[in-house]
Amino acid sequence: MVFPVAQRWLLAALILAGVASAVSGSMDPYFLDVVMGVGVSVVLASSLNLINGFTGQFSLGHAGFMAVGAYTSAMLTTVVAPRLGWHPVLLQWVFFPMSLIAAGLLAAVAGLAVGAPSLRLKGDYLAIVTLGFGEIIRVVLQNMDMVGGARGLTGVPAYSNLFWTFGTAALTVYTVWALLNSTHGRGFLAVADDEVAAEAMGLDTTRYKITAFGIGAFFAGVAGGLYAHLKGYLNPGGFSFDKSIEIVVMVILGGMGRHAGVVFAAILLTLLPEGLRELGSRSVPNPFGGADWSLDWIKEMRMILYSLMLIVLMLMRPQGLFHRSERRRRGA
Amino acid sequence: MTEFLQQLLNGVLLGAIYALIALGYTMVYGVLRFINFAHSDVFMLGAFVAWYSVEKLGLPTQSIGGGLAALLLSMSVCAVLGVVIEKLAYKPLRQRSTLTVLITAIGVSLLIQNVAQNSRLGFGPNPKAFPALFPSQQLHFGALTVSTHQLVVLGVALSLLGLLYWIVHHTRIGTAMRALSFNATAASLVGINNDRIISFTFGLGSALAGAGGVLYAMNYPSIDPLMGTLPGLKAFVAAVLGGIGNLPGAALGGLLIGLVETFVSGTRLSTFRDAIAFGILIAILLFRPAGLLGKLKVEKV
Amino acid sequence: MSTSLLQLTNVTIRFGGLTAVSSVTADVREGELAGLIGPNGAGKTTLFNLITGVYQPTEGRIEFAGAGTAGAKPFHLTERGIARTFQNIRLFPSLSVSDNVRVAFHRHLEHRTWQSWLRSGRFHAEEAELRERTRELLSLFNLERVQEAPAKSLSYGDQRRLEIVRALATGPRLLLLDEPAAGMNPSEKDELMRLIRFVRDRFRLAVLLVEHDMKVVMGICERIHVLEYGRKIAEGSPEEIRVDPKVIAAYLGD
Repeated sequence: MVFPVAQRWLLAALILAGVASAVSGSMDPYFLDVVMGVGVSVVLASSLNLINGFTGQFSLGHAGFMAVGAYTSAMLTTVVAPRLGWHPVLLQWVFFPMSLIAAGLLAAVAGLAVGAPSLRLKGDYLAIVTLGFGEIIRVVLQNMDMVGGARGLTGVPAYSNLFWTFGTAALTVYTVWALLNSTHGRGFLAVADDEVAAEAMGLDTTRYKITAFGIGAFFAGVAGGLYAHLKGYLNPGGFSFDKSIEIVVMVILGGMGRHAGVVFAAILLTLLPEGLRELGSRSVPNPFGGADWSLDWIKEMRMILYSLMLIVLMLMRPQGLFHRSERRRRGA
Repeated sequence: MTEFLQQLLNGVLLGAIYALIALGYTMVYGVLRFINFAHSDVFMLGAFVAWYSVEKLGLPTQSIGGGLAALLLSMSVCAVLGVVIEKLAYKPLRQRSTLTVLITAIGVSLLIQNVAQNSRLGFGPNPKAFPALFPSQQLHFGALTVSTHQLVVLGVALSLLGLLYWIVHHTRIGTAMRALSFNATAASLVGINNDRIISFTFGLGSALAGAGGVLYAMNYPSIDPLMGTLPGLKAFVAAVLGGIGNLPGAALGGLLIGLVETFVSGTRLSTFRDAIAFGILIAILLFRPAGLLGKLKVEKV
Repeated sequence: MSTSLLQLTNVTIRFGGLTAVSSVTADVREGELAGLIGPNGAGKTTLFNLITGVYQPTEGRIEFAGAGTAGAKPFHLTERGIARTFQNIRLFPSLSVSDNVRVAFHRHLEHRTWQSWLRSGRFHAEEAELRERTRELLSLFNLERVQEAPAKSLSYGDQRRLEIVRALATGPRLLLLDEPAAGMNPSEKDELMRLIRFVRDRFRLAVLLVEHDMKVVMGICERIHVLEYGRKIAEGSPEEIRVDPKVIAAYLGD
């Protein structure tokens, strides 16, 4: 069996993740939290990139898939696991990944449920429908008392560690890469470029689109599970449209379809708010003498800056930071 | 029976408000083939401008004159805002892909929401109590209770709908709007200044949204910077239900969604009433994407 | 006499109040080089869309290789052996030249998705084979030199040729060409005529060609069908069509 470069990178990444995880006990917890958050973002952005960037289906409901995964795996670890009486190590290293896979599968089912009806819709309409689905998922979760309803789910054990987050991120990136770099995978791009022509060349466009949703949703679900076991609690409000938009911005900034760019953007956009928060808690010496100027307006303005950045980016450089040709041109 | 009539009245009122917002969505879609995500936030600002005019500018409450002044002020501010947004954020992107403009619209929406939530630049995130703009009294028709506020909402909504109808069908600018929605190239070839008509459309739609915001706040007197999201989405569903781009359709859709929502909130499923609107959206797009009154466009291969 | 590969019987399609194609009966035989002509708006591209399954006929029947095409989706028909090019070139702009062709070869893949994920030996062998076939096909049409370039960077003539190559990769028995000579100068048209004959002979397929350029049509088609306002008004050899009064009237106006 040929062992191509990509697989070597994957293996190296997994080993690195394992090593890092082993020594993580001595690391600053805040730092760990941030790095793990970055891992989760990379998984989310990569999975959305498959749907939006590579297959050209503009989906605004990714947070919904994340929510399905988060709640699934959290319910498994908080409700099912205690009844098994396993040793904690087994729980973190065997049960937890199993719960993540379950999370991914259930999220994939949700993805298929969303993808299937959305097939004939284009652009704006598809965006709105996926948004609607995302909101429906959120509303349903908010009304399910079994999972805590609007108050949320607490007491989720902290099973996420560097190995799982970083490892999953590496795996996701590899999967998307492996998928796209094959003849079959090029089909996704063809469908995004021109559906009519793709169908004329014998490609089952329906199947491609559904597959993209399914795989994308799977990884979003896994990311949700990792997120749940990182934060320790879940609230349906945290999986709203705003969250979906955060992920969409990563994909756009990275240049829809440019995988390296998207990964980079995910890292950047996860670190940025932390950086701004850091900056906001400091102060700048006043050049005119007198009291230091506080920078905590930056914290308040974070979302404002964020949305301004989005607008400016679209006006100036909609291809994102890394080039990929803009596909659909509007009629003049 | 009175219960039913009461619900019916409530549903019609809510529907009228949704109709006003839906018209804005559908008009903009008609001339630009684009969904203005920021529309729901203009709606929200309408309510806040009216609030501001009473709380900070000292307009009188419980008075017809004061109420009308607040309404007109809201509509004007929103109209101007709509035009400004179009000029700054959407116009430069006319030739770009639908996705780019959509994302920009989302950005504008987020910007307005977040500025409004900001304690320094906006109104702060906490809900505010909306004052009673018009004289409020409870009127009784048999067993039915109607407040004067509700009558005002109905009256204003109907007047605005009537006004819109008159503009679209009996003025030159309305005809130009319709021409533009059919064929932009042809419209410019017969001498219509497309840019100006587009600005006008945005202004008009935003004014209606602003009015909708005031009326909504009159009915549900607690306002907050995020209040626009759900009604906006539901109004969008209404526009699609009626057939996006179709004005009477938007009004009809608004009415239907308002009625359905009101009746559902009277049943056990009431906590799901928000999800019902999305359910309707998905159902329409699956089974009748052109909407009730719309026409399906066939893509030329 | 060879059997009909494609048979249209009384095919009609209506869009709301407009009848775009009306009671058209025609056939294309195995290995035949046929032409479809008619003034603008006669329904030629619509007929192509009907044959390829983009539209379903309102009335009438279309049969390909003996089996009806009713209800079949376009990609099914491509699998059965109908390929086409488009009036306005529809390549995959962001894909490279070779990728444009490679995706059209995808039917020949046998490995499963998980094997692709694991990058098994089977996967690599099949991918290598497809790359080789793509390269061969491209070199046959002198496009190998640009195979890694993005498709949208090609010259107009090269793009038209690539579209034909891509259609060929699907392994068709019937190739539909929609105005392949549009925008070409006379020497390019001569080259195109040679190309079409070559494709028909080398790949043993039937070609149905919509074209406005009479020199091209008369030059290579063995049989020509003429449409006007959605109806077939004539059918025959180039010599017969050239002198047919109905055809002349249709083109010169009444």
